Amino acid sequence: MKRQWLAAPYIVWMIIFIVVPMLLILFYSFTEQTEYGIRLTLDHFRRFIDPIYINVLLRSLLLALACTVICLLLGYPMAAILASREYSRKKIMYMLIVLPMWMNFLLRTYAWLTLLERNGVINSALSMLGLPSLDILYTNEAVVLGMVYNFLPFMILPIYSVLSKIDQSVIEAAQDLGGDNFTVFRRVVFPLSLPGVISGITMVFMPAVTTFVISRLLGGGQFTLIGNLIEQQFLSSGDWGFGSALSVIMMLFILASMGIMNKYEQENGGALW
Amino acid sequence: MKEARKMAAIFLILVMIFSLAACGGGGGGQKVSTTINVFNWGDYIDESVLTDFEKEYGIKVNYDYFATNEEMYVKLKSGGTDYDVLFPSDYMIARLIKEDMLHKLDFNNIPNIEHIDDRFKNLDYDPNNEYSVPYMWGTVGIAYNTTMVDEPVDSWNILWDPKYEGNILMMDSQRDSIAVALKKLGYSLNSRNEAELEQAKEELIKQKPLVLSYVGDEVKDKMIGGEAALAVVYSGEVIAIRWENPDIAYSIPKEGSNLWFDAMVIPKTSQNKEAAEKFIDFMTRPEIAVRNAEYVGYSIPNTTAIEMLDEELRNDEVAYPDLDSLDNCEVFEDVSDVIEVYNRIWDQVKAAH
Amino acid sequence: MVMRFLKRAYVFLIFAFLYAPILVLIVFSFNESKSRAKWEGFTLKWYYELFQDRHIMSALYYTLLIAVLSSIIATIIGIIASLGIYQMRKVPQGLVLNLNYIPILNPDIVTGISLMVLFIFMKMNLGFATMLLAHITFNIPYVILSILPKLKQMNKHLYEAALDLGATPAEAFWKVILPEIMPGVITGFLLAFTLSLDDFVISFFTTGSGVSNLSIVIFGMARRGISPKINALSTLMFVSVLTLLIIVNIRMSKDNPERRVKSERSKENGRYLPDLGHDI
Repeated sequence: MKRQWLAAPYIVWMIIFIVVPMLLILFYSFTEQTEYGIRLTLDHFRRFIDPIYINVLLRSLLLALACTVICLLLGYPMAAILASREYSRKKIMYMLIVLPMWMNFLLRTYAWLTLLERNGVINSALSMLGLPSLDILYTNEAVVLGMVYNFLPFMILPIYSVLSKIDQSVIEAAQDLGGDNFTVFRRVVFPLSLPGVISGITMVFMPAVTTFVISRLLGGGQFTLIGNLIEQQFLSSGDWGFGSALSVIMMLFILASMGIMNKYEQENGGALW
Repeated sequence: MKEARKMAAIFLILVMIFSLAACGGGGGGQKVSTTINVFNWGDYIDESVLTDFEKEYGIKVNYDYFATNEEMYVKLKSGGTDYDVLFPSDYMIARLIKEDMLHKLDFNNIPNIEHIDDRFKNLDYDPNNEYSVPYMWGTVGIAYNTTMVDEPVDSWNILWDPKYEGNILMMDSQRDSIAVALKKLGYSLNSRNEAELEQAKEELIKQKPLVLSYVGDEVKDKMIGGEAALAVVYSGEVIAIRWENPDIAYSIPKEGSNLWFDAMVIPKTSQNKEAAEKFIDFMTRPEIAVRNAEYVGYSIPNTTAIEMLDEELRNDEVAYPDLDSLDNCEVFEDVSDVIEVYNRIWDQVKAAH
Repeated sequence: MVMRFLKRAYVFLIFAFLYAPILVLIVFSFNESKSRAKWEGFTLKWYYELFQDRHIMSALYYTLLIAVLSSIIATIIGIIASLGIYQMRKVPQGLVLNLNYIPILNPDIVTGISLMVLFIFMKMNLGFATMLLAHITFNIPYVILSILPKLKQMNKHLYEAALDLGATPAEAFWKVILPEIMPGVITGFLLAFTLSLDDFVISFFTTGSGVSNLSIVIFGMARRGISPKINALSTLMFVSVLTLLIIVNIRMSKDNPERRVKSERSKENGRYLPDLGHDI
């Protein structure tokens, strides 16, 4: 049964809707329209090497990194507790973590918009308790908070999944051999859970670094992240060349970080899932 | 396996019920032959007017909104759209005319033009009044919350006062925000001088730490909720804000400001010019203009309609100032020859931290 | 004992963090006043206004229509393509699969922009058709990745046996192959459906002419400030998601819950792969 040709329609589809668009982006990033026609140029990339734009890129990476670290610090203990034996209603707990992810993520972000306002719910509650108000809407902190809220489950779930598969007898053996709790964790549990951790890091970092919605809604009308800069080029300035160059740069960063993750993954023993 | 198939069946049925419900609710039932695509500012119309237009003419209206003139222009220019009616501002209309992107209007289909005040015809952006029908107009100024600002507000300088750190809202619109800085410096808001524009950029970057956010339509909600003390706004917004929060006052700074006109035009992308003209005519009909004015709060150039307005609104100094008192206000001109400088400056202001 | 309490407290705090914002939205959807922090009495008027809003209703219609059409079309193309890819030689197969990964790995904003550029380049009007094409494009890879493992698990000789027993190739496909890969097909379809339902970024760049989906309308409304109508919408969406999850959960209670995660991780920004090995 040799019917490879069945794939032909999809291959055509992919060429039209996946390959050609990518090539167009590359094309626009390296060309410019002049009175004499189209010419090759590196201007769009050169324009990017302005401290102002480099700063936006660095800020994107920094905020995404902050978000990833916070998610890891909050998510790991949560995953560990849920995976531990004493929790009986695992299934319900599990559903409770998944459920918010099914909500439209714009609504989840919008929720924080209403909570964080100066006269919003959080500040009203704080002032009722006589506490100082929390004025972070339209700052980097608000953006990171929105990211953590949106992406925390992506950190908890893979770690939980790996942890709950660890053979309890391995841990018991380590304890029998005299390891105290911390040593057992450091030498046995954590290394075994690394694949889940790496998977979680990837799943939080990538969307965090490329989002433009969270930063648009919670960061105010400034270019907090590189995604906002790209959006502006295509929707407001109409500068497709610069916008395409920014997209190419973003793709390179994503590819590079995935390469690093993959390498790490392989060194640490293969498939995550 | 069977389970899975059953699941899929249930799922599909659910989806169909949903879709049917949506159809029924969406008013998609009516049979209409023509559709026009209207592209307007957000919150700039009483949407029930659209339904009435559909009923009366049997023409379906696809209504879409933009937040800035630049956004609208880019959408139109990049292609991929087939808008029939746009609501751009003065300078953008001039640019669209210059780039041959607009149809000339057939005023035989727009008899209601007679209700438009002559002072709003033949303005610089459309000197022979061939392309546009004025929709609304106003000024740009500072809206401030009188419970948070004690001093008199009469200068743009107050927006640079560190006292109001985190209490200032600027517009997320490049021409408008750069204009504020230019006026503060005493330059024309149509400056093409790169040195002046650079200075304006420095001013805006200097101001940035004080700014709570660069906002669009949300300025209304923010000022109503008392989220900020000062905001750069279009005059019409103030009317709508005051309906909900009477503590808000408005001032046109003494350095001068921007006087603007938004008008309805038909881009060359239009497939249904006649239907579009009917729509423009409908919007200019006094009863309809009144409904829009009383819904959005902005000022209308429609003499007949103004007389039908609610008295309080008609006598509101903010909405209907004496045009002669606006001597120090300039109208935006098209600066597309130096638009790259404007784009660059605005990018840099928004990216600065 | 203390440890146990601490653990419970921690779990409670995390859940509070995850749910408090949603609960606040729900509570304030019944608030009489438009102001966000004060409770001024119970009302259902925001729900009424929600159903009167022509943008939201038309967006709901387009969201569902696009989700249904794109997931069905993607599933059909995906089934056919999987059969072909499965029978390819190793090198071309690897190439095709790599191409297939691009929409999954690419940041959404880049996919969205590149498709927008393509549609404009092809002189297509942005609107319903372009949004549908975009959704099909990002859906197919997930369908294929759900079906391929099923094909690989299938006994290779089943198809030949069917032919030997006198079935036509079409009959063999409908009666032998399809039932074998059905679990993968359904996973792929559901995945495609939910991805399409929830997409914002790609739709945002590829639509126009007044055609919006719910995400786009919510974004537009959120940019105009706080509106209790969005709260009402959130409540309805939360309740429907909850109901759906409970139904699915009851119906599939014998199932391994982990699979959910895998489809979940493809939701937000689609940057990761659906699990390939599990059954529905």
